[in-house]
Amino acid sequence: MNYRFDWSVLWSGQSGSWLVQGLITTIEISVIAWLVAVALGILSGALRTVSFAPLRWLANVYVEFFRNVPLLVWMFFWYFAVPPLLPQPLQDWLFDHGAEFWAGFVALGIYHGARLSEVIRSGIQSIPKTQFEAALSTGLTLAQAYRLIIIPIALRLIIPPATNESLNLIKNSSVALTIGVAELTFQTRQIETYTAKAFEALTAGTLIYLALCLAVAAVMSKLEKRFAIPGMIAKRQVGEF
Amino acid sequence: MDFSVIINNLGFLIFQGFLGLGNFTGGTLRLAVPAIVLGFALGIFIGMGRLARSRWVHIPATLYVEFFRGVPLVMVIFWFWFIIPLLVGRSLPEYSVALAAFVIFEAAYFGEIVRAGIQSVPRGQAEAATATGLTRSQTMRHVILPQALRNMIPSLVTQSIVLLKDTSLASIIGYVDLTKAAQIVNNREIRPFELYLFIAVIYWLCSYGMSRYAQHLERRLAVNPA
Repeated sequence: MNYRFDWSVLWSGQSGSWLVQGLITTIEISVIAWLVAVALGILSGALRTVSFAPLRWLANVYVEFFRNVPLLVWMFFWYFAVPPLLPQPLQDWLFDHGAEFWAGFVALGIYHGARLSEVIRSGIQSIPKTQFEAALSTGLTLAQAYRLIIIPIALRLIIPPATNESLNLIKNSSVALTIGVAELTFQTRQIETYTAKAFEALTAGTLIYLALCLAVAAVMSKLEKRFAIPGMIAKRQVGEF
Repeated sequence: MDFSVIINNLGFLIFQGFLGLGNFTGGTLRLAVPAIVLGFALGIFIGMGRLARSRWVHIPATLYVEFFRGVPLVMVIFWFWFIIPLLVGRSLPEYSVALAAFVIFEAAYFGEIVRAGIQSVPRGQAEAATATGLTRSQTMRHVILPQALRNMIPSLVTQSIVLLKDTSLASIIGYVDLTKAAQIVNNREIRPFELYLFIAVIYWLCSYGMSRYAQHLERRLAVNPA
């Protein structure tokens, strides 16, 4: 192997600031997409447990359609296929305001919303039926029972699998480089292109991802302890983050 | 909306892009099928390694799993894309690079499935096997693994679906799979909506079909436990 290591490429020139910008963009797109995913996941996850069949069916179609197609295809779909169908002023506005970032978080959020929906549905289904019955018998409407009783309990039960899905979302944000979002993997490649030091650039990018995932996992495990319901902890799979 | 672009390029999309029977070395299935088989084969060793008594085996196996599960697949593909030429001294075709990256990456996930499968076999089975005079490796091969494999089948199908969808990422290093084939046609025809919707439907059919099959297996295996 004939390769001269030169780790200084990571802090000389612009590399350092590229990595920082990449990390910031990764965090930004992940946070926005995560909020979209959580909103869609809670809504569709709850709808999949109601007794009114058309709503359940609608939520099922959303989940099964979006999670069974690769994220990369959704990225291309939202970036290349959808904008031309929008009205001209909206198109112009989008392309002036970072259309790739919009398409990126929409693709990521909708895709992971479908995956989170599964987690939330199983959380709701693990709540004893007596909770529903007790909530309804105190005079709450069905919507109030979900909003005030069922969903808050479900969210506390599903923190471990939801953490796993959130980490998947962060890792999958790297797919946004294909539509030109300047996130961490994109910047890592940029350093490689400018310095021809692939090994150093990839090591830096990889370590930043590992650190980011470990940090999120640590925060979530704190949250899990803080919000655990005594005697009602959803079964944690061994070896998960 | 003009779906004639699909009809006109159907042969290229399906035979070249999906099956890999064209002029380019490509194809979603041609990458996914060997990656599933080899990734699972390597995963068996990783999974058993995580349960090994010797810490010289189980610590490296655990690090392997945690490392690959903490890094995006896109990053792993770029690692292989840049590092393999440095190691072997010449560049390899996209197919070999993509296959190596998928096998190594997915083996970490398959390894976790294998570990959970082995742990799902009741302890008494291993004790009974030892009591009949089988050695540890015989116990593993003749008693534990056959039962563990059966318990793993639904998760293995699920992971194979994930892998099938992940192969679309091989297009970022230029491998001509279904996604890349759609991109190539789109560059000529500029029909993104029709093309990307069409390949979404193809992926959907495969992956939804497989997930229904996994549910079916799960029900069948639950009725007749080993």
